[in-house]
Amino acid sequence: MAVTDSLSRAATVLATVLLLSFGSVAASHIEVCTSRFWFNYRHVANTLSVYRSVKRLGIPDSHIVLMLADDMACNPRNPKPATVFSHKNMELNVYGDDVEVDYRSYEVTVENFLRVLTGRIPPSTPRSKRLLSDDRSNILIYMTGHGGNGFLKFQDSEEITNIELADAFEQMWQKRRYNELLFIIDTCQGASMYERFYSPNIMALASSQVGEDSLSHQPDPAIGVHLMDRYTFYVLEFLEEINPASQTNMNDLFQVCPKSLCVSTPGHRTDLFQRDPKNVLITDFFGSVRKVEITTETIKLQQDSEIMESSYKEDQMDEKLMEPLKYAEQLPVAQIIHQKPKLKDWHPPGGFILGLWALIIMVFFKTYGIKHMKFIF
Amino acid sequence: MAAAGAAATHLEVARGKRAALFFAAVAIVLGLPLWWKTTETYRASLPYSQISGLNALQLRLMVPVTVVFTRESVPLDDQEKLPFTVVHEREIPLKYKMKIKCRFQKAYRRALDHEEEALSSGSVQEAEAMLDEPQEQAEGSLTVYVISEHSSLLPQDMMSYIGPKRTAVVRGIMHREAFNIIGRRIVQVAQAMSLTEDVLAAALADHLPEDKWSAEKRRPLKSSLGYEITFSLLNPDPKSHDVYWDIEGAVRRYVQPFLNALGAAGNFSVDSQILYYAMLGVNPRFDSASSSYYLDMHSLPHVINPVESRLGSSAASLYPVLNFLLYVPELAHSPLYIQDKDGAPVATNAFHSPRWGGIMVYNVDSKTYNASVLPVRVEVDMVRVMEVFLAQLLFGIAQPQLPPKCLLSGPTSEGLMTWELDRLLWARSVENLATATTTLTSLAQLLGKISNIVIKDDVASEVYKAVAAVQKSAEELASGHLASAFVASQEAVTSSELAFFDPSLLHLLYFPDDQKFAIYIPLFLPMAVPILLSLVKIFLETRKSWRKPEKTD
Repeated sequence: MAVTDSLSRAATVLATVLLLSFGSVAASHIEVCTSRFWFNYRHVANTLSVYRSVKRLGIPDSHIVLMLADDMACNPRNPKPATVFSHKNMELNVYGDDVEVDYRSYEVTVENFLRVLTGRIPPSTPRSKRLLSDDRSNILIYMTGHGGNGFLKFQDSEEITNIELADAFEQMWQKRRYNELLFIIDTCQGASMYERFYSPNIMALASSQVGEDSLSHQPDPAIGVHLMDRYTFYVLEFLEEINPASQTNMNDLFQVCPKSLCVSTPGHRTDLFQRDPKNVLITDFFGSVRKVEITTETIKLQQDSEIMESSYKEDQMDEKLMEPLKYAEQLPVAQIIHQKPKLKDWHPPGGFILGLWALIIMVFFKTYGIKHMKFIF
Repeated sequence: MAAAGAAATHLEVARGKRAALFFAAVAIVLGLPLWWKTTETYRASLPYSQISGLNALQLRLMVPVTVVFTRESVPLDDQEKLPFTVVHEREIPLKYKMKIKCRFQKAYRRALDHEEEALSSGSVQEAEAMLDEPQEQAEGSLTVYVISEHSSLLPQDMMSYIGPKRTAVVRGIMHREAFNIIGRRIVQVAQAMSLTEDVLAAALADHLPEDKWSAEKRRPLKSSLGYEITFSLLNPDPKSHDVYWDIEGAVRRYVQPFLNALGAAGNFSVDSQILYYAMLGVNPRFDSASSSYYLDMHSLPHVINPVESRLGSSAASLYPVLNFLLYVPELAHSPLYIQDKDGAPVATNAFHSPRWGGIMVYNVDSKTYNASVLPVRVEVDMVRVMEVFLAQLLFGIAQPQLPPKCLLSGPTSEGLMTWELDRLLWARSVENLATATTTLTSLAQLLGKISNIVIKDDVASEVYKAVAAVQKSAEELASGHLASAFVASQEAVTSSELAFFDPSLLHLLYFPDDQKFAIYIPLFLPMAVPILLSLVKIFLETRKSWRKPEKTD
C-alpha cells in the first residue's frame, strides 16, 4: 500500500507551504501547501497541523502566512465537510474555527510565493498577505507537496527550482529580512531543495534524501485518502511535547523520524548556520516569547481638569443634538427589477475565425483541385 | 555536350556554394546577434561606480554653536580677542565602513546689551524668558552663554545648565587658559545636546557587525517613515464595569502636542478602539497578604500574543504599529497589580515591549462599588494613563548623557525639548543614510550575483534619485543644515526602498540548463545542421582545390 502510494505521489505533485517568522521575539511563519486535488488531502492536513501547533505555541495569525492550494474542508468529495483530519479515526480536526488562510487555491503560485519571500509585493496587498519581518525575525518556512530532484511542484502546473529558492533567500538576506531561517520540507527527494542555499543563517531539514521518496502515514477508510505524511506526523508528535517554556534544542528535532519509522532518511543542513544547533531552542522558531520591560518612569503632565469637565458636558450635549443617521441609497433595487433586458448587439465573427475558415477552405481546394468547387456551391 | 553539361553543373555547384555561404553569413551576422539581443534581460544603466563610492562616503556632522561671552566670564585680554571661530573636530570610533566625523564649529562673540541684562537676572528661568529670541534657532544649532565664575544665575555647585530650547549656560573662568578650559566645557555640553558616540552607535546598531545580540545598544523604536499609534481600551467584564474614557480629548491635549513636536521625524497617525470581552491570556494569581491579584514578571510575555490577534490594525497602512492597551480587570480579578522581579507591585502598573507598545492595568477604585448597582460607571483618569503611555512612547528616544555638575531644565509642555528632537534627527539622518547605502549596495550586489533580474527604467531613475539624495544629505550635514539633511535622507531611504522592492524586479526567468537545451535544440538544430554540413563540405573542397595546384606543380 505504501509502495503504490509512493509511486502515485511521485506522479502527482502538491505542495503546501507554511511560512512563519519571528520578530525580535516574534517569529514569522510561512506555510505553503502546493498540492491540488482530493487525493493530496494529506498535504493540506500536514500544513494545517503544523499551523495549529505553531498557533498553540503562541504565534499570532498576523505573523503567519498560510498558503493552501486547494480547499479540502469544503471539497465536494469530503465525507465530513468543514473538517480536515490529521489522525486516524478522526481524532483531531485541524481545520477548526480560527484558521486564517492567506493565500488560497489559485493564488498559491511560484510567483506569489517568491513575492512574499522577497517582499516585492504590489502596494495594494493587505498586511495579512505580507511577510512583515525585519532583521530580528526568525523565520520558519514549511513546505510540503510533491517534489523531485531539485524542484517542487506547484498546483500541478509549475515548478520552483532549488536555485530560485536559494536566490530568493539571498535577496532576503541582502535586505536583512530575517535573522535566522529554518526551512523544513516534506516532499520526495526533499534534500535536493536545500542543496543550493548559500546565504548565511539558514538551517534546513528535509524528509528524504535525493533519490528517496517520502511516504505517507496512514490511510483512513472513512475518508478514503491518506491523512498525513510520515515525517510531518512524527515532527508533530515531537512538537506536541513542546510548550512555550521548554528547553529542547534543534539536535532533538534532527533525531525525529529515524529510518526505521520513516522509511526515508531525513536530512538536515547546518553549515550555513552560525550558532551550534544544540544551542538553538525549538521555541526560537516555533514559539514566540516577547521581551517585556516594566515601565518605571512616567512623564509629568499638567492637569487640565476644568477643560475636561466642560468638554465632557459638550460631548453629552452633542450626543443629544445629533440627528439620526441616514444612509444613502445603497442599491437601486427598483431600477434593477424594472429594467428591460438589453438586446445583445450582433458582432461579426472575429478575424481569427474568418482566417481559420479561409485557411481550411484554401487547403481543401489546393488539395483536391478547384474543379470540386462546383459541387460545393 | 559533356563540357557544356560539366560547365552547367559547375555553375550550379558554384551557385550552391554561394547560397550556402550566404545562408551561413545571414545566420551568423544577422541571426545570432538578433537572438542574443532579444533574449537578454533588460537592464537600464545604473550608477554602479557611484554606489560603490557611497560606501566610502565620509560623513561630517557639523553642529554650529554660537558662544556668547558676558563681561566677567573671561580675563580681559582674552576678551580682546573676540570674536573668532574655533573648530573642534573628532572622529567617532565606530567599526563602520562609513567614517563619521563630528565637528563643533564654535563662533565666539561678545554678549549684546540685552543679553548681559538677561544673564544678570536672578534665576535661569527668568534669564531664559528674557533671552527668548523672536526667531527660532535653526535645527541642529546651539547657543551657549558663558557667565562669570561667581555668578548667581546658577546654583553654586552647578557648572552648567541645559535649557529646553537649544540654549545652555556654562560658567566661565578667570584663568590664562580660559578659552581652552571653557572650550572643553562647551564641547561637553554641546555633545550632550546633540551627538554623542552612543547615540550614533545606537542609530547604526543594525549595521554594525559586532554586538549583534546585545539588547542595550539596539534602539527600542524601529526607525520608519511613520508610525501608527493605536490606543485600545480592553474591557473584559462589561457586566460589571461601564468604562468611559475621553480618549479624543486626551489625544488632543496631551499626545498631539508631543506628536507635533516630533512631526519632523515622521508621519504619525493615531487611532483608538474599545474591545469588549477581551481577556488576557494569563490567569492572575491571588495574593492573600494584600488580598489582590497579581501578574508576575515571568507571565507578562505571554500576555501579549493572545490579545494581539484581537487588536486589528488598519489594513491599508504599512507603517509599524505601536499598541497602547488599557486593561480594566474584571470584577473577579480586581484589583490587579503587576509585580516586578522582586515581588513588589509596580508603581505605574504598566509594562511595555520594545517595538510593540505597552499595556497598563487600570484598577477600578473600590469605593465606586459602594453603589452596588452593576454595571458601575468608571471614568478613566486620562492624565494618569497618558503619563504612562507617553513615557512608554518616549522610551524610543535615548536619554542624554549629561556632563558632570549639569543642571537640566524641567520638561516643557510638549514633553520634549527641542534639542532632544535634534538628537533624534541627527541619529535618524545617519541611520537613514546607512540604510539607503546598504540597500543600494545590496541591490548592486544582487544584480551581479543573479543574472536574471530585470531593471526597468523607472527603477533605474529611483536608484539615481536615491544616490543623489544620499550625496545631498551628506553635503547638508557637513554644512550644518539639519532639517534639510534629514529630509534628503528620508528621500534617499524612500527611493532606495522603492527601487529594491519594486515588484518588477522579481526574477522568474531562471531556466535550468537542460530546459534551455530542450527549447533551443528543436528550433536551431534543423536549421543549423544543413548549414554546418555544407560549410564543412565547402571548406574541405576548397582545401582540396588549394592542394591540387601544388601537386600538379
